[in-house]
Amino acid sequence: MKVVLKNLTKKFPNRNKKGADVIAVNNFDFEIPDGKLIGLLGPSGCGKSTALNLICGLLKPTEGKIYFGDSDVTDLPPEKRGVGLVFQNYALYPHLNVRQNITFPLENLKGKNKMKKEERLKKAMEVAKLVQIDELMDRKPSELSGGQQQRVAIARALVKMPNVLLLDEPLSNLDARLRLQTREEIKRIQNETGITTIFVTHDQDEAMSISDLIIVMKDGVIQQIGAPQGVYDEPENLFVAKFLGTPPINVFDARVENEKLIIGDAAVFDVPGVADGEVVAGIRPEGFIIDKNGPLSCSLKGIEVMGRDISIISSHNASQNPTVRSIVMSDKELDISGTAVRFSLRKGKVFIFDKETEQRIKF
Amino acid sequence: MEKNNLKAWLYLLPAIVFIGVFMVYPLVDVFIYSFEEGFNSASQTYFGVGGHNYSYVLRDTYFIQALKNTLILVFITVPVSTVLALLISLGLSSIKKLRELFQTIYFLPYVTNTLAVGLVFMILFKSGEASESLVNMLLKLFGMTPVDFITGPYYAKMLVLCIYTVWVVLPFKILILTSALASVKEDYYSAAKVDGTSKFRIFRKITLPMISPMLFYLVITGFIGAFKAYSDAVALFGTELNAAEMNTLVGYIYDMLYGDGGGFPSYASAAAIILFAIILTITCINLIISKKHVHY
Repeated sequence: MKVVLKNLTKKFPNRNKKGADVIAVNNFDFEIPDGKLIGLLGPSGCGKSTALNLICGLLKPTEGKIYFGDSDVTDLPPEKRGVGLVFQNYALYPHLNVRQNITFPLENLKGKNKMKKEERLKKAMEVAKLVQIDELMDRKPSELSGGQQQRVAIARALVKMPNVLLLDEPLSNLDARLRLQTREEIKRIQNETGITTIFVTHDQDEAMSISDLIIVMKDGVIQQIGAPQGVYDEPENLFVAKFLGTPPINVFDARVENEKLIIGDAAVFDVPGVADGEVVAGIRPEGFIIDKNGPLSCSLKGIEVMGRDISIISSHNASQNPTVRSIVMSDKELDISGTAVRFSLRKGKVFIFDKETEQRIKF
Repeated sequence: MEKNNLKAWLYLLPAIVFIGVFMVYPLVDVFIYSFEEGFNSASQTYFGVGGHNYSYVLRDTYFIQALKNTLILVFITVPVSTVLALLISLGLSSIKKLRELFQTIYFLPYVTNTLAVGLVFMILFKSGEASESLVNMLLKLFGMTPVDFITGPYYAKMLVLCIYTVWVVLPFKILILTSALASVKEDYYSAAKVDGTSKFRIFRKITLPMISPMLFYLVITGFIGAFKAYSDAVALFGTELNAAEMNTLVGYIYDMLYGDGGGFPSYASAAAIILFAIILTITCINLIISKKHVHY
C-alpha cells in the first residue's frame, strides 16, 4: 500500500517554556510507492522517529494529512491503520515466550476478524518460518541472541499482515557482523512479503545498502529524496553530500574564477557555466587520482592499506577537515615519495556548493 | 584451596556469630522450652518433657481468640491493602499534575508513629461520655445507629483494627508499586497500543506480569507482617487485649511472658513455635503459587 504524506508537521511545545516550539517534523510532503523499502535517514535528533510515530499513529500530527492508499488515516488509532512497528529495543514481552509474543497482536482482534486458537498458532508459525525462528518458539526473549530477538520483533509486527511495516533503528542494537546479515534479511523478508516498509536509521551505510528509496532529513526538514545511488551521486546540498559516504566527502574552501575551480592557489577543475565567487568544494575520496602532474598538491601524512584499497591521508590548507582522505585501488603501483602528493580529480566526484545557502551549484 | 576456605570463614565469622547468638540460639532455645513443662526462668527448672505445653495452648480460649483475630486480620488486610495500593499507584502513575503532592500525602502515614496514628483513630472512632466520634457523627447524619467501635461489638472492633492496619501498611506498598510501575518501559505499552490492545488486557497481560515480583514481595512481607501484628491492637484497644477480645498471636505470646497472668515461658514458647509453623506454611504456599505467576 502506498503511503502519502501531505504537509505533515509535528510541533512540540518548548520544554523550558521560553522560546519557540520545537518543530520535529516540518512540512513533510511526499509519496512512498507501494511495496518498496524506504530508508528514513538523518543524524540523531533530526525527527526521524517522530516521523515514524506519526505514520504509525502513536503521535498525532499538528498539521497535515496521512493517507494509506487513498484513505485518510490521519485521525485513526494505530490498530485501525494496519501498521506493524518494530521498536529499537524490540520491546518483546519478557514474560511471554516467542510463540506468545507473536500471537499477542492476533489475540486482540475482535468482531469479524477474531481468530480461533489453532488459526493464531498456524499464522504465528507461518511468520516464524518466514523470519526463520520456528525452532525457537518455546524460548523466552531473554534466552535469545540480539539477532534472534530482532527476528521475533519483526515476526510480531508482521503477523497481522500490516499494510505498512515500520522499523525504528532496526539494526542499532546488533554487532557489526550481525548487522550486515540482518539487513540482508530485512531486505529478503520485505521482498517476500511485498509489504511497504519504512525504516529509520542514522547509519547511511545501512540505508544505502538495502533501501529502494532514501529520504535524508535534518532538523525536521527533508533534504533530499531519491534512490540511494542517485542521492550519493547527485547530492542537492552540502549536508547530504557530507552525510552520505564513508569515508566522508572532503570539503574545501574554494573559489571560482573564469569557470575554473580554485583550491588554494591551483586551478584544479573546469566548472563551465559557474559564476565567479567564493564556494565550498566537495570531493569524494574516490575522486582523487594520483598524478605527478596533477593540479592539487597536498602534504602527505600517512597511508592506510585496507586490503582492497588504499587510503591516502594528507592535509591541505584550504580543507575544512583536518585531513584529506582519498582512496585509490591497491593493485596500482603507488608512486608516492617525499612529503607531498599531487592529485588530479575525477569527473562526477567533484561538487561545488554555494557558500551561503550550501545548495549545490551544478555545472 | 584449604587456606582460601579458612580465609572465607574468617570473613564470614562476624555475621555467623551475630546470627548464631541472636537468631539461631534463641530459636533453638524457644523450641526446647516449648517441650519443657512448667519451665521457670528464674530457677531454670522444669517438671518434665512432653507435648503438654502445646495441648494447653491449643485449648486455651485466649489463644484460640488470638489465632482467630490474627487470621481474620491477615486474610482481610493483606489482599485489601495490596489491591488498594495497586489501584492508588495506578492512579498516581496516570496523573501528571499534583502527582508529587499526592505521593507525599500517601506516604505520610509511613513516617508517622503507630501510636500517634492510633490517637487519630481514637478521634475517628472512640465515643466518650460527652463526645461522639467522628464516624458516629457521620453515621447519625445518614440516619444510621451509632456503633461503639472501641469497646462495642466484636465485628466493629475488628473493622477498626482492619482499617487501621490497612492504613498503616498502605504507604510502603504504594511506594514500592509506584516505582515498580514506573520501571515498566514505555515501549511495551506503545507496542501493545500499536496492536490495538485494550486497556484491561494491557494491565492484565503486560503491567501485572511485569510488576509481579514486587507484588509477590509485598504479599509475602504483608503476610508475615500481619501475622506479627501487635502494636496496632495495643494502639487502639490498650494493653488489656484478652479482655477486649482483640488479642493477636504475638500479643498472646507477650502476655504469657510478661502480662498480668504472665510468667509462663513454656506456653509462650509453644505459642511462638505454632506461629512460626503457620508463617512458614503460608510462605511456602506463597512460594509455590508464585512459581507459576511471578515473572522475573
